[in-house]
Amino acid sequence: MSAAAALLPGGRLHLQHGPIDAIVQAWGEPAEVRAAYAQVVAAFPDILPRLCAELSLLRSPLPAPKPQGPVAARMHAACAPFASGFITPMAAVAGAVADHLLAALSEGRRLDRALVNDGGDIAIRLCPGRSFRCGIVADLAAPGLDAIATIGAADGVGGIATSGRRCKGRGGRSFSFGIADAVTVLAADAASADAAATVIANAVDLPGHPAIERRPAAVIDPDSDLGDRPVTWDVGPLSRQEIARALAAGAAVAEECHARGLIRAAILYLRGERAVVGAPSLALAA
Amino acid sequence: MTETRQSTDTPEAEALAHTKDREAGIVTCDACPVLCRIRPGKTGACDRYGNEAGRLVRMDPLVVAARAGRDGVIPFLGADWDGSALSGATAFVTGIGAGTTYPDYKPAPFIVSSEIDGVEMVTVVTEGIFSYCGLKVKIDTDRFIGPECAPVRMRGEQVGHVTTAEYGSQMLSLGGVRHLTGGGKREGVVTCETLLSLANKGAVELTIDGGVTLTVQAGQAPIINGVREERMRVGCGSATIGIFARQWLGHADEVIVVDDHITGVLTEHQAGRFLDMRPSGIRVRGRRSTPGRYFQVANPGTGWGGTDITDPLSIIERIDPKLAWPGLRLLMVSTTGEHAAWYVLDDKLVPVPAEMPPAIAAVVERIGENCEPALASVLFMAGAGGSLRAGVTENPVRLTRSVRAALTRVTSGGAPVYLWPGGGITYMVDVLAMPDGSFGHVPTPALVAPIEFTLPLADYAAMGGHMDRVRPLASLRVEERVTSRAWNEANPWPLQRPAA
Repeated sequence: MSAAAALLPGGRLHLQHGPIDAIVQAWGEPAEVRAAYAQVVAAFPDILPRLCAELSLLRSPLPAPKPQGPVAARMHAACAPFASGFITPMAAVAGAVADHLLAALSEGRRLDRALVNDGGDIAIRLCPGRSFRCGIVADLAAPGLDAIATIGAADGVGGIATSGRRCKGRGGRSFSFGIADAVTVLAADAASADAAATVIANAVDLPGHPAIERRPAAVIDPDSDLGDRPVTWDVGPLSRQEIARALAAGAAVAEECHARGLIRAAILYLRGERAVVGAPSLALAA
Repeated sequence: MTETRQSTDTPEAEALAHTKDREAGIVTCDACPVLCRIRPGKTGACDRYGNEAGRLVRMDPLVVAARAGRDGVIPFLGADWDGSALSGATAFVTGIGAGTTYPDYKPAPFIVSSEIDGVEMVTVVTEGIFSYCGLKVKIDTDRFIGPECAPVRMRGEQVGHVTTAEYGSQMLSLGGVRHLTGGGKREGVVTCETLLSLANKGAVELTIDGGVTLTVQAGQAPIINGVREERMRVGCGSATIGIFARQWLGHADEVIVVDDHITGVLTEHQAGRFLDMRPSGIRVRGRRSTPGRYFQVANPGTGWGGTDITDPLSIIERIDPKLAWPGLRLLMVSTTGEHAAWYVLDDKLVPVPAEMPPAIAAVVERIGENCEPALASVLFMAGAGGSLRAGVTENPVRLTRSVRAALTRVTSGGAPVYLWPGGGITYMVDVLAMPDGSFGHVPTPALVAPIEFTLPLADYAAMGGHMDRVRPLASLRVEERVTSRAWNEANPWPLQRPAA
């Protein structure tokens, strides 16, 4: 299966290669948008092979040697601030791909707005005075618009990423050590948002709680970078106090990320309850 | 003997990994450079390819059902298929995996032409997203499963209700728009999961308020409160009397057939009278409907004949000393023959258990033999009369009319459907007649079901069909995700015009 690109209705560009599934959209002069799309389509086929060439290094816990490829370097850089705990560069793969595609899309082009949505991890670029309204769906299994973030050019947000407990094989695409339904992070770029969302979602947890079923990651996916570490498979009933306690644990990590300048804002969801950390100017509205 | 094989204490890691893979049935996917190693039943990083019993398969294939041609060979699609071997006589494109274009202002994903018996046919292939849909589940049992209208629950959420019982069967109505989208989020999600499992021929465990816990699966015996239901009753108690009266004559003086619906008493029943049997004077509890036929002899339950009876004598209200006699031979039996007891009245006219004579035991066994295997059957029901029609034609009512006039044949995954009279295109289909894994879901939540409309090309043009989107069957060879399954020969061939 080789890399595929297709124009979708509404002026969107669909890029797909193996597990990479991205929607690209740019706004501006038609000729500029066309040229931008041609650039991103040209850059796309190289991404997956270059990642795969360094896959074993990217699946190794940090600290580790710096990888060579441009996307891999973004992954490494985004995850490095979290190397004091367990993390591999794979935590930022989707966001790093989105950042790389956005860079290829925008290079030398005059665009009003642009976005690359790589499976929910989104890289955005705004001209001064422009904004995006970003809807947040906390639970994919029971979707509803749970919050809207209005992001302006002055907010310094270039990436939006969401992480949650929905595991591969149970409606999700990846693994989490935590139990959050969704943690959405706004950061300077998508790779940073992706890594931080992963770390914050891991922290929304109740260690040792009997209602939380965990399985070794390798049992579900033998190639997982998480090896035999137990990941969340299912979560049973939780009391209101337990929900509040788990959210508070995640919010504490989010506050720390905010204080270190790693993220602009985070919104954490668990069982219909939420915690918001960071910039109130982003107008997170339910 | 010489041993030339070399041994090393440090085998290559890769070689070890492959040994492990073979043992665990892991498949390495070569669809993209990631080269995922996929465990059985799991999917790769993209979720597009998976390991199905050791085979690498596309997870969302477009299913073409193929049947044997005149030469008796099923034209399975392989990598080297050039598309030419397929014709309307041997291949039918199902809606499974076709995707959809909701909202359907665009033509359906596949509009395929093929020729059969010299007639150009068109099949409009799509998947419907149904919020208005549900399952009608027929459970062959006389056991009480719960009161009519009682909520049916899955993990505490109401997913349906007990509906009107049918002859020999209890009925459930599951799903529907009220549970899918009209209740809470969790109710909708659980309802969708339940419908999806059952429709894809899986087993689910349901609980009924004021009733039982039961496990149902299409084509399998229901399991009620942990007990597998083996067989349907032969008929109600009265019907059983009618069927076997002559065979009991001369071997028993009275037979009481215990049944939750109608309990039959042989000598009082029309059948016994017809055979000039002497009234036994044994009166059972309950409300007499007509002579020898009694309603409500006990409460519904999981004992004798779908009642809560465990001691059959408890349904005898009195024995009339003016009519009964010492030595009277009494058979009590349930409507499935699973329960039976033989009694002889003593001098005080009290029934005393005795060894059942072989002639009676043979008839009891025959009752069992005449009971069909108890099964749960699952029909999917949905309305396709909405915007989905716009994917077929620019003038949707013409599709409805064409379906009504039987010019257009509706199938679901190639399986025949029953179309309800009246407005719309409301249909029912036996999920067992459909290919495995025919159903999907969307997070709305709603079910996704395959649907195909097949009609002559000329009629399709006349109804305002999307003629510019019609493509020949052979053109499907460029669709990389096409997969072929053997046609279910029990189903009529959709491309064959129904006899006029």
